[in-house]
Formats: sequence, C-alpha cells, structure tokens
Amino acid sequence: MTGTDEKVHLTREHCLDLLRQMVRIRRFEEKCAELYSGQKIRGFLHLYIGEEAVAAGTMQALKPDDAVVATYREHGHALARGLAMGPVMAEMYGKVNGASRGRGGSMHIFDRGKRFLGGNAIVGGGLPLAVGLALADKMQGRDRVTACFFGEGAVAEGEFHESLNLAALWKLPVLFLCENNLYAMGTALDRSESQTDIHLKAASYNLPSRQVDGMDVVAVEGAAREAAASVRRGAGPFFLEFRTYRFRAHSMFDAQLYREKEEVEQWKENDPIPRFADWAQQADLLHPADKEAIEASVQAELAEAVAFAEAGAWEPVEDLQKFVTMDEVPA
Amino acid sequence: MNGDGTAAPRLRLTYRDAVREAIRDALTRDERVFLMGEDVGRYGGCYAVSKGLLAEFGEDRIRDTPLSESAFVGAGIGAALNGMRPIVEVMTVNFSLLALDQIVNNAATIPHMSGGQFAVPLVIRMATGSGRQLAAQHSHSLEGWYAHIPGLKILAPATLEDARGMLWTAIEDPNPVLIFENVQLYDMEGELPADAGPVDITRAAIRREGKHASVVTFGGSVPKAVAAAETLAGEGVDVEVVDLRSLRPLDDATIMASVAKTHRVLVVDEGWRSGGLSAEVSARINEQVFYELDAPVARLAGVEVPIPYPKHLEDASVPQADTIAAALREMVGRR
Amino acid sequence: MSAFVMPSLGADMEAGTVVEWLRKVGDTVHHGDVIAVVETHKGAIEVEVFEDGVVEEILVPPGEEVPVGTALAMIGDGSGASAAAAPKAPLPAAAPPMAGEVRRPDVLKVKPKAPVAAEEGRRRVSPYARRRAEALGVDLADVKGTGPGGVVQAVDVEQAAGRARASGREAPAAPPGRRRGFDPEAMRQGIAAAMAKSHREIPHYYLDTTIDMQAAMHWLEAANAERPVAQRLLYATLLIKATALALRKVPELNGFWIDGGARPAERVHIGWAIALRGGGLMAPAIHDADTMSLDALMAAMRDLVARARSGGIRGSEMTDPTITITNLGERGAEAVHGLIYPPQLALVGFGRLAQAPLAIDGAVSVRPVVRASLAGDHRGSDGHSGGLLLAAIDALLQKPEGL
Repeated sequence: MTGTDEKVHLTREHCLDLLRQMVRIRRFEEKCAELYSGQKIRGFLHLYIGEEAVAAGTMQALKPDDAVVATYREHGHALARGLAMGPVMAEMYGKVNGASRGRGGSMHIFDRGKRFLGGNAIVGGGLPLAVGLALADKMQGRDRVTACFFGEGAVAEGEFHESLNLAALWKLPVLFLCENNLYAMGTALDRSESQTDIHLKAASYNLPSRQVDGMDVVAVEGAAREAAASVRRGAGPFFLEFRTYRFRAHSMFDAQLYREKEEVEQWKENDPIPRFADWAQQADLLHPADKEAIEASVQAELAEAVAFAEAGAWEPVEDLQKFVTMDEVPA
Repeated sequence: MNGDGTAAPRLRLTYRDAVREAIRDALTRDERVFLMGEDVGRYGGCYAVSKGLLAEFGEDRIRDTPLSESAFVGAGIGAALNGMRPIVEVMTVNFSLLALDQIVNNAATIPHMSGGQFAVPLVIRMATGSGRQLAAQHSHSLEGWYAHIPGLKILAPATLEDARGMLWTAIEDPNPVLIFENVQLYDMEGELPADAGPVDITRAAIRREGKHASVVTFGGSVPKAVAAAETLAGEGVDVEVVDLRSLRPLDDATIMASVAKTHRVLVVDEGWRSGGLSAEVSARINEQVFYELDAPVARLAGVEVPIPYPKHLEDASVPQADTIAAALREMVGRR
Repeated sequence: MSAFVMPSLGADMEAGTVVEWLRKVGDTVHHGDVIAVVETHKGAIEVEVFEDGVVEEILVPPGEEVPVGTALAMIGDGSGASAAAAPKAPLPAAAPPMAGEVRRPDVLKVKPKAPVAAEEGRRRVSPYARRRAEALGVDLADVKGTGPGGVVQAVDVEQAAGRARASGREAPAAPPGRRRGFDPEAMRQGIAAAMAKSHREIPHYYLDTTIDMQAAMHWLEAANAERPVAQRLLYATLLIKATALALRKVPELNGFWIDGGARPAERVHIGWAIALRGGGLMAPAIHDADTMSLDALMAAMRDLVARARSGGIRGSEMTDPTITITNLGERGAEAVHGLIYPPQLALVGFGRLAQAPLAIDGAVSVRPVVRASLAGDHRGSDGHSGGLLLAAIDALLQKPEGL
C-alpha cells in the first residue's frame, strides 16, 4: 500500500505487508552473514539488522516514480523498495545477473526500473546527488519526491550541510532520511558531534525537521507519509531523524570494542519485528499463524534468491571496460 | 559556406565571447540545458563569460549557487541522471577540488558501477592555468589529474572555434565532460564565421604543419607553441604543432602520425612534469612509435612549484614561447 | 550433519584462534546462536552457527590458531555420526571465479597496432642501434634488421661491423663464448673513433720527467716480504696511488672538457689502461683511487684485469674515469706520450722501469728509474699545471711509506 496518503491505514493487509517487509530484510541479512562466513560474499558487508522498521516504513510513503538514494548499508532499502531478492543476492555474489551486473557488490545496488540510485559508499556523497535529482524534477514540473537515506555519521560531512542548504534554498522535493543508529562505524555520536540532536541541525537550514522512533514501523510510516505529503505540496525538503540501532557489528570484521554488550541487549528488547508483530496481534490485526506463514514464504523466497545467485554467470572479462563510458543515455 | 554558396559573414570576437555564444546556443537549442555555478547570474561570471545570460534566460536556467562546490556539482550529476543537461561552472580548477568526491566517486563511477543502467550527461566548465597573477590557489593546471580518471572526458579548447563549438558536442555526449578554459585565452581575439557551430571532440588537430619536429600540446600552450614554431621557421626549422583538444581520451593516431612524420617530438604541458599529462603522452609515443624516434621524446612542463604571484616568477613557472623555441632548437641540434 | 568451520569475517582475515567455546558436546544449538568466541587481529568476535542440531564433537580446543575454513566442531542430529566424518584439514576456499587465462583488455590495447605509415624506404632503427652504428662506423644501409618487423637493433649493427672486417683482411676467430658487445674488432673500431676524435679535437701539450724509483722499490720489497705471494703489491700500485694523490693538489687536470669548458671532477677515478689478449685496450675506472689503501688498490686492479679479459666491465666503469694512466710495465718502451681519452682533461704515462745512470749529489749513480709523462688538454690547462702534477707525483714516490 505505497502511495501518497498522508495517514497510515492499518488494515490487516497493510500490517501483513509491513511485517513481511521487515522479515524479508532480517532473513536476507542473516543469510548474507552466513554466506559471508562461507566466503560466497566478499568485500565489505554491512548488515541492516535492527533497523528494518526504517526502510519498511518509509518506503510506504513513496510512489513508483519517486527516486531513492541510499547508503552502503542498503540491502534493506533495496528490498523494501521492491527490488526482487534474486538480483540483490546475485549482486552480493558479484554475478552478472546481479542488480548492477555484479559490478558494485553489497555497497552498490542500483535499479533503474525502481529508480533506486545506489548504494553510495562515500558517507555524505549521496546527498548532493539527491538534491540534483530533485532539482531536475522541479525544473521539469514532475510531481516526484527523491528520498535520500544517510546515517548520522554523514552529518559531520560538509556535503550534508551544503546539500540541506541548497535544497532548502531552492525548495527542492527531497525527503532527507537520517538513520541515526548512534555509531559512525565505531565512533559514538557524542564522541563526534557537539550537538547530538541531529534534527536541530537540520532545522537551522530552515526546513521542517522531526525526530522519530525508528524502532516503531508505524511511527516511521506515519512520519514519512506526512513528510512526503509536505514535499509533494511543494513546501520544499523535509528532514526526518530516525532513532534506531544496528544489532550487529558495523561490518563482518568488527570486534565491537566501542560499545557494551548490555547496550546491544537493551536495544534488542526493542526489536522492531516482535514489537510490531506483538502489537498487531494484540490489536487483532494479525493472527498467530501469520508470522509462520510469512516466515515460510520468506524462506522460500530466500532459497530461490540464493539459487538464482548460485546459478548466475560471472561477467566475462572481455566486458571489463563496458560502460566505463556510455554510448548513449539509457532511455 | 552557406547553402546558397556565399560565405557566412565573419564576426570579430574574443574567446570569452565564443564561450558565451556556445552557452547561449545550447540554452536555445535544448530546454533541458541550464547553467549553474557561483556568480554565474547577477555577477555575470567570475570571468564575465555568462554576462547577460540571466536577463535573457531567467533565474530558473541561470542559477547562482551558494559556495558549495560539492553540493552544486553533485546536484549537476543528479540532475543529469534525471533527464536534464546541466552545464556546471566551477570558478577555477583549484576550487573543483572541493567537488572532487562528486566528480570522481559519482560522475565517473555510476555508469560502470551500475552495470550501465545510468548515464551522467553532464558538462562541467572551469577556468584553469596561470598568467593572471592569481598566485598558488587560483592558477594551477590540474587537467592532467582529471585526465587520469576513467569515465570522464576531458576537453581543452585552445581556439575560438573550439571555445564556440566544443560545448554543444559535449552536451550531446552521454558522459560527464569537463571543459578546461585556460584563463590566458579569454581575451584572445579573432574571427569566426557567424554560423560557427559544433565541432568534433574526439580528434587532435594540427595547428601548423611542419616536417622537422612536432610539438604536442594543448590549451593555453597552443598559441605559445605556434609562436615558437614561427620563430623557428625563420631559422629554417619547420615545426609541426599538434593541439590535443581532447585530453581524455587521447587521440593517439594523430599524435603518432605526426611523430612518424617528423621523428622528433617535444611535449609541452603547463601542468607539472612529475606524473603529468606530458608523461602520459611521452610514454604512449615510446610504446607506439619508438622506432620512429630520431631523438628522445622531450618534455617542457610546468616548474614544480606552487605558482607564485610576481609576474616574472609566474612566467618562469610555465612554458613560454621562448622556452619552447629553445627546447626545440636543442632537440634539432641548433643551439 | 556438518562441520562448523572457522568463518571468514573479512577479506583480510586468514586465520583465527578460538578463545572460548560457549557450547559443549551434547548441547543443542539453533541457527544464529553464538557458539564460540574467536580472537582475530581486530579483537575477539562472537561467531554464530548457521544450522540447528547438536554439538557432537569439538575439534579445535581454545588457544589454537587455525586457518579460515578449518572445521572447529561437528554439528549433527545427536547420534554421533558426524564425528566420524570430521575433516581434519581446512575446507578449500571458494574457487577463484575466473579459471584459466585472464585476459587484460587494456594491456592488449597498448601493443603497437598496425605500424604507423612511415615514409617509403625509411629504415626502422632503434635509437640505440643508431648510436652503435655511429660508434662502429657502420653504414646503416648495409645492415639487415632482424628485430620485430625487420627493425635494426644494436646486435644487427655489431654483426654488420664484424662482416665488414672479415671481407677485408684476416678474419680473427671469435673466441668461443665471447660476450656480446666485446667483439675485439668492434672494440678496435671504438678505440679508432675515440682516438681520432682526441687527435682531431684536443690540442695536446706534453711534459716529461724522470723519476728516481729507488726509495719506492726498496719500500716495496720490504712491504712485499711481509705479504703472502697472492697479495703482493705491484709497483704500478704505487704509481697509481701517487698520481691519484697528486691530482688532489692539481685538481684542474682531473675531470672533463664538456660544452666548451673544463669541468674538474670532485672525485678521482683513475682510468687504468689494460691491454687485452688478442689486441685491444680498455681503461676502466678505479673509483676514488686517492682514498684507497695500497692493498685495496691492488685488489681493485686484479679484479679489473680479470673482468676486462672476461668481458665483465660495466658500461659505467668505462665512462666514469676522470683521468687515464697508461703504464708500459717492465718490458715496454722508455717513455710513452699518449692521446687523452675524450672528454678527459689529461693522461699520465709511465714508461718502462729501467736501470739508468742518475746524477745524485754530484755523483753518477745507477738507479731504477721511470719516465713519467703528462698529456694535457691545452684548452683546459697549461704546462705549468702539468709540471706541478709531475713534480707532485715524483715527490710522493720519494716517500712511499706515505702512500
């Protein structure tokens, strides 16, 4: 039920979808960890476990022709945006049937059809891009929103400030979505920022800015719908700060020397998936059997995705230089 | 020549005028084209290139930006990804370093990294080079750096015709194209046919034919090399001048044909010598036409210093017509 | 039933050490359970199991470092069957994706494509081959190229030089196994070119002096009495050392004439002329001869002779000398007046060591003597400097213990 409604309509159908999206991401990420340990996936692997509510909730507020710019922790965004799991998994493998022909790997998932413009692995590097995408929409009079995800680490980069200023100055249709998981890799927010309330920084650029509980998928969706509607009305960019937490390490090879186990355990008690599932069950929106049915169908989808990736071919070395420069702008 | 067989009238103008005409032409031809950059609107451009365009095309298409190189260059990339044909002006190549992340990590990588799903049809124009006594943070020639990056196309218009004609061809190119306008050329005057239009951006050009030695150069050094060749002609030495025009990709065929003809070559580059474009051209000549050489490939490049302010030191920092002539004399054995 | 292996947690992780097992044999485990702690170079990391089952055997005890892929434990259904199948060696890592030849498009591209159209009839000659042809006096028109695409390379020029001589007078048989570039006839051509240039371009002046060698020979006899035969000094060692030291006092004769000016050298590298068997001559450098002990100098001379005769002299040793000494030894002529080796500034010659009558303190005495000569480049110095140099050599040889 993605679309332009300003309010969340919590039908049974919609609850099933929200839960399903979060479970898809959770199980996909767990599988990636396993495949990484077994050396099927290489390079850097950043998992989204714990933060699922943000991607699952915000995507509900987007239309198919909106654009998404994401970070290097973007598997969840890609899946929630509607990319098929097979090409996303094949991208992890580096196979030619991957979303980006295997060229980008975990950090660089692209999908033209879904207007998903990447995993961007330079912290803050996606924000100027999003501003430009929105500028083009505004100049061409198209009713579209560009959603730009970034972590709280990006707030320390100049590109964050330059981009917020420019988007606000030119009243561009950008939805700035800050996933504040409290750690920029291993640096805690209060060790890197003098002002730890990030939405206040955004507000200083004269754009509407709000802080949201990023572990509550309904709250996330509600805030995203409201913000997106404001952007669509032509009011210019909107900023949302989601307070969230990653349950796993920054990347696979991380001994997590920078945080206490107790802190992780405390956040896990606020796990967005059981939190939502339990609430929806109590509200009679979901039935006990729904969870199992979702788990089973996600497992089947995942098995298919792994098989798709395993069966994929490697890009021939002859094609190494293909698309370094383009012969034409894809239609 | 016009269709009716009469020659188009010729106009007298400067390089700056030619660039402005090119921008005006592009804005007129294609609604997706717009110009943005620092002080391109009300101020009229740091080098007065865009003077008058704001009044003609309006705020929407002639956009003054904040001093946020990374954001507005990145915005140009985003707009190009989303159907526009932006012309982004960066005041000088030194400032473009603030946007290096966007140029190198986004514009140059996205087409390949996305498996060919996205193109970045963007033009970035910037001033480059010394000669205006602007000292070490406004005078460098970093074209060679950018020419190192796969995914970018790098142009160096050295003539009025190229200043007028390269822009449109670059806009039509599906790739990010960086155009480097040497500040010493802005005031260069000459004539162009009134109907001058787009030119090819893939080939080097022979600016002067010769048979005893070749000078391979680009940008602001082209007029200097031609002047040096004229001096040498008076001494009985016939020098060919090759203007690279495109620094990436390099037109190997034209370079090598000239070397095969003259057997002696001097590469002139206002940029620094170490790891510079002159090193790349020299290496290619050795790789491809080693057996045509009658003398070692010679190079005349920028002295390896931050460009200083005083005129005499600034002049001494980069190749000049007389030092090019001296290097040529040495190469052909006429000291 | 399967092995729980040392996981790969990053491309830069090759091995890990189990520091703690969080489950023991017989425990039931579930997908996602953390069952061990592994120490890596980044610190301790909890590792999880990716299946449901029972720990049937623990294969790697805490404290042992094992490569990635090594089975750490066996997970089964509880029957114990998995333990029997436990692999002891690390499982192979995923096969590299690209087996076989990896083609590199860019490398292929830089190979010369179709040769650039050259003028009709123009010979393709490497720059080095041209230099050799000039040095050997070879007309490139007579040289057949055997390099890629018929390119004339240095070896072709050298062979053409050999053929040209063979068709002239007697053809000297090439010594078996001689090294490339040490063709004695080619060397003759090289000497011819250098000496012709010297005679043509350098305005020589000559000075002679007779040096009493009695003190030097007495000292040498005593010095050699203390040395094993193999390490005895030749008297030439004294001549070289004395010349080298004298050049420090008269530095204007040590160095080169380049670009119309004398360029005295900072260091003294003596070019020592060595006659080769079968003809030919070379004068490779004894570097920093003024700073060497006589024993070191002797060793350097022995080494140079051996290498000169086997063709093992390096190119730089031929171009480094700042002056040349030619010594005719005990059987040559009484005196030698040589040609300077360009671009050096001078040449010192020593004639035969001979007995000769000498007036000493008003009486005639027969003494061992050597005639020393100096050839100087009059562009760079004059006879006064030359005289000073010979006098200095003489003085040094009268006090051989100071050498």
